[in-house]
Amino acid sequence: MIKVKAEDITKVFHSKNGNTGTNGCVEALGGINLEIRTGEFLAIVGPSGCGKSTFLEILGGLIKPSCGSIYIDGKAVSGPNHDRGIVFQGYALFPWRNVTENIAYGLEEKGVPKKTRNEICRKYISLVGLSGFENHYPYQLSGGMKQRVAIARALAYDPDILLMDEPFAALDAQTRDTLQGEVLRIWEETRKTVLFVTHNIEEAVFLADRIAVMSVRPGIIKRIIDIPLSRPRFEEFRTSQDFIKLRQEVGSIVREEAKSATNS
Amino acid sequence: MSGKKQNLQRTLRKVIALLVFFILWELLPASGIISKVYFAPPSEVFVTLVRLMISGELWLHTSISLQRAITGFGLAAIIMIPLGFLMGWYKSFEEIADGLVQTLRQTSSLSLFPVFILFLGIGEVSKIAVIFWGAQWPILLNTISGVKSVDPLLIKSARSMGSSAISLFRKVVIPSSLPSIITGLRLSATHSIIVLVAAEMIGAKSGLGYSVINWEYNFMIPEMYAAIVTLAVLGLITNYSLVWLEKTTTKWKEEINIT
Repeated sequence: MIKVKAEDITKVFHSKNGNTGTNGCVEALGGINLEIRTGEFLAIVGPSGCGKSTFLEILGGLIKPSCGSIYIDGKAVSGPNHDRGIVFQGYALFPWRNVTENIAYGLEEKGVPKKTRNEICRKYISLVGLSGFENHYPYQLSGGMKQRVAIARALAYDPDILLMDEPFAALDAQTRDTLQGEVLRIWEETRKTVLFVTHNIEEAVFLADRIAVMSVRPGIIKRIIDIPLSRPRFEEFRTSQDFIKLRQEVGSIVREEAKSATNS
Repeated sequence: MSGKKQNLQRTLRKVIALLVFFILWELLPASGIISKVYFAPPSEVFVTLVRLMISGELWLHTSISLQRAITGFGLAAIIMIPLGFLMGWYKSFEEIADGLVQTLRQTSSLSLFPVFILFLGIGEVSKIAVIFWGAQWPILLNTISGVKSVDPLLIKSARSMGSSAISLFRKVVIPSSLPSIITGLRLSATHSIIVLVAAEMIGAKSGLGYSVINWEYNFMIPEMYAAIVTLAVLGLITNYSLVWLEKTTTKWKEEINIT
């Protein structure tokens, strides 16, 4: 089953030079074709500036592609909707709302009545391990805890698809490892379709079923690598031979792609 | 126990300068270093203040001043906060209006008072107009900057959760720009009192500003100081109530203590 289909997605950014009056164009995405299967965990890796975040925001409906279409369950979509949830690198929590109120935001917008909202919030707060912090404001939380809130908030209104844009890039190594494990556990429990953008190859191999490798200028998907490793994966998995071997393989493929992109 | 002691020390530190100030004020005229005629000691001012309160004279002037200040300030808030939202949100609107705003706000409120009197007469309207003029700028400019500094990531985040434009405005733009708006209100309130006093001194037959200058003309020095003290108390109340408003509406903000 194909959940999400991206067809020939291109994105050109225009930049007007005020001094010379000339119009510049930057082709951020040069025709992306990608299919994400229902319930799979797909990671996109690529060097910074390859347009992977732009692609994620197009999938999320936050920006429009210059050309091409996005299909979800076979239907073309434009604009954001409750069938997709986004987790941003910068957490994007509302500082004036406490943990519960942040998680309730999407539910409010969906029109869920208050009583049900509170029940759902409680459930997701416990799912991400934040019980006892219901009334804390974002400034009172650590980076890892903020990202837990952001994940709970994106899950709370029950989207089919979770789009994660380098969610752990700003966290320290230990917190990152812990949260990767948490995301896998939550994914096993909820079986959402996940698109996870990262530049960290180890993270991609640890989490994903498949890895899409992107190249820079134009941003296109160069290769898709299957990660045929068993699940569920726990912390010990990081030291297994299979994992280490595959991580090296993927690493060299990504480096090759990066090299050929700079040579051409 | 040590916490209680610390609290006591802190309170003492806060009032000590005030105490010294009042003691000096009492002693200087009494010792004859400064003439008692010009510098009425606080004990005498206090007695006068109580007498004026009982006679109702002080309340009469205070209520008239308050009416003027609150009307001018209130109108400025009611008109300028929505306008600030519009100008902050629609870039083209701000681009068009910015030059005019920057020019007009540099025009001192008091220099325009004669113009207001010419057009609106010597009555209440011209005084309210001049307070409005002075009060509007901090509110307008702080609202604009509040709206412009809304984190774009929060807008993205809200949109990704299906927020409509109205909901985006109500749930993201307003709470996010609230601290800046309240700062604007505080600046405006302080400014309103300054303009009020000056306007009443120049062209009024009632109010606290008028009382200060009138009692001075008539050489009723303790009365003059009583009016000045009343104005100072008004300023303090205004400022502290707005600080309180700021604290209660932005309790989600990290408290920054620089010690």
